[in-house]
Amino acid sequence: MELTGAQILMKMLKEEGVDTIFGFPGGVVIDIYDELAKTDIRHILVRHEQGAIHAADGYARASGKVGVCLVTSGPGATNTVTGIASAYMDSIPVVIFTGQVPTQLIGNDAFQEVDIVGITRPCTKHNYLVKHTEDLARIVKEAFMIAASGRPGPVLIDLPKDVSTTTITYKAPKKIELRSYKPTYTPNIKQLHSAVKLIKNAKKPIIFAGGGVVLSKGSKELTELAHKTQIPVTCSLMGLGVFPGTDPLWLGMIGMHGTYRANMSSGDCDLLIAVGVRFDDRVTGKTDTFAPNAKIVHIDIDPTSIRKNIPVTVPVVGDCKITLELLNKLLDKEDLGDLKKNRNSWLNQIEKWKSTTPLAYKQKNIIKPQYVVEKLYELTKGNAIITTEVGQNQMWAAQYYHFKKPNHFITSGGLGVMGFGLPAAIGAQIACPKKLVVDIAGDGSIQMNIQEMATAKQYGLPVKIVILNNRYLGMVRQWQELFYGKRYTATGMEHAPDFVKLAEAYGAVGLRATKPEEVEPVLIKGLSSSETVIMEFVVEREECVYPMVPAGAPITEMLLV
Amino acid sequence: MTKQKHILSILVENQPGVLSRIAGLFSGRGYNIESLCVAETTDPLVSRVTMVTMADKPIVEQIMKQLHKLINVIKVYELTGSSYVQREMALIKVQAKPEYRAEILRIVDIFRCKVVDVGREHYTLEVTGDEGKMDAILNLLKPIGIKEIAKTGIIALFREPK
Repeated sequence: MELTGAQILMKMLKEEGVDTIFGFPGGVVIDIYDELAKTDIRHILVRHEQGAIHAADGYARASGKVGVCLVTSGPGATNTVTGIASAYMDSIPVVIFTGQVPTQLIGNDAFQEVDIVGITRPCTKHNYLVKHTEDLARIVKEAFMIAASGRPGPVLIDLPKDVSTTTITYKAPKKIELRSYKPTYTPNIKQLHSAVKLIKNAKKPIIFAGGGVVLSKGSKELTELAHKTQIPVTCSLMGLGVFPGTDPLWLGMIGMHGTYRANMSSGDCDLLIAVGVRFDDRVTGKTDTFAPNAKIVHIDIDPTSIRKNIPVTVPVVGDCKITLELLNKLLDKEDLGDLKKNRNSWLNQIEKWKSTTPLAYKQKNIIKPQYVVEKLYELTKGNAIITTEVGQNQMWAAQYYHFKKPNHFITSGGLGVMGFGLPAAIGAQIACPKKLVVDIAGDGSIQMNIQEMATAKQYGLPVKIVILNNRYLGMVRQWQELFYGKRYTATGMEHAPDFVKLAEAYGAVGLRATKPEEVEPVLIKGLSSSETVIMEFVVEREECVYPMVPAGAPITEMLLV
Repeated sequence: MTKQKHILSILVENQPGVLSRIAGLFSGRGYNIESLCVAETTDPLVSRVTMVTMADKPIVEQIMKQLHKLINVIKVYELTGSSYVQREMALIKVQAKPEYRAEILRIVDIFRCKVVDVGREHYTLEVTGDEGKMDAILNLLKPIGIKEIAKTGIIALFREPK
């Protein structure tokens, strides 16, 4: 069969089951777009390439499939770098196609030429420059396999213009097998026996789950483990949703803005079962005081995550879901004794922490941002897909929206990208057209990718944007208040657009609440609309996120309300 | 923890960009490279990278895992701590004034190295050996005057069981 590179690309995308591409055209990818139009693959035209990569990321997280992004060379490619780095940090499977100048011009500083393979080498799981059309089919297949398997991540394919236009005799690629890439899915059973022993002997155990459990779809197995062993569960930001936020064993999030009981129990526990986490510094605080009395079992598919930051008693390399399944089976054969009795004093201690120091804020006659998130949770019954920007809005969303299911909290956890939430919400809404998708934003971060409002409108996406407007870059201001003598340098944002008019200018609905009693009516009106809606909440300017662990301090030493 | 010298032997796919991935991993994560040697193996699709790094134990463990995580890396071995042979080659251009010429040739003889280039004012020596030998000959030649030196960096292989 005689096919051009662009035709081969479409064929491979269809084979990989791609139904949506987020992209932005340009000179060297016109041939690809020309072929794309002949397929039934849906193309979402964003307004900025950063929007495309975040949308592909949001799509991947909400659907569990590989997100796909297509941009042109040079600036098109460099504009995706932030989003690629974010997907890399959060292990999100995305395949990025970038155009490139024709192969004979590479290295000549041609118009819109950039070495995107070189630039993205440290922030992709793998990347390719396709030099011959003959290699294209195999590379696309490899890329999708690498992106989605093992510890997932972004894979970039750089496509010179002539590679797309050259016609060759197409041969279907063979089954992909890379001798240098064989992720370990099934754990070493001996290690699991050691873990079982530790679980049986533990008096004060906790489970600490992260994004790895979301990615491996191991939420059910994790919940089973917790219930079977009566071990309370905390999550990293990335793990929220893998364990129901309404369960009695739920501790809340751990870390810099974790709940008092989660942080205290990590300091006091004698066994920490870490599943699909990488012990980020925002979780551990000062590493040598983290879980000082605990034996640690660490389950992760990526060997580099284990013993990178924290010494571990029992390392287990394996897929979280498969490992938890096996662990549950082993535990079924064990006599765990009278768990109700054995766990009693530990669970009581946790309950004490919870009742003396719950998540709290002081209600006043001005809208509190936490109150908005609480109301949003109530009104959506915890069923919405929540995306966030980065900063205070993100932390309040994590604290006050009690996630019940995985894949419902979509946030740039590792890289912390402001401007992530709106495009990610667009991606999530496309993946889940029937779901309510809400971006919880700040007035600072929403402005970083506000142009994607037009994308949402163009495709009739009813995403809801909740702006907690404090006219500050709130998280930095909070640090300045607490650690820099209230010197609010470069954090005041007194000049912002009128968000209601801005929504209307984009053809969307704009609503605003300025008093606490307006919060609920605005949310009800906004959430029930079938339009794209911006809901602006004018909130207390100098509200802080608490608890807070100062950077570098032990996580049991929290600043409280 | 104390930093020690570790010799890593890394089998990689012989493809463009692989060396840059390895070097980028080291610079990006703040590891150090003492020396680096790369060449094709008997399988033209595979290259062997021999790398010397200074690090403490947990860091070396992390380096090896990180290297292995690179898609193009097939295998990573650590030679330090097991039985292996190592060699390094150096070309040393020494000042060879008449009064030193005999002394230099005596050193060449003792160290079983070769004179590969000779001029009125210099000898260029080819020396092969392990680190100890390299250090010893350089110590002897320094007072005579080393004009230039080029070293390959260490290459090494496991010893087979006897």
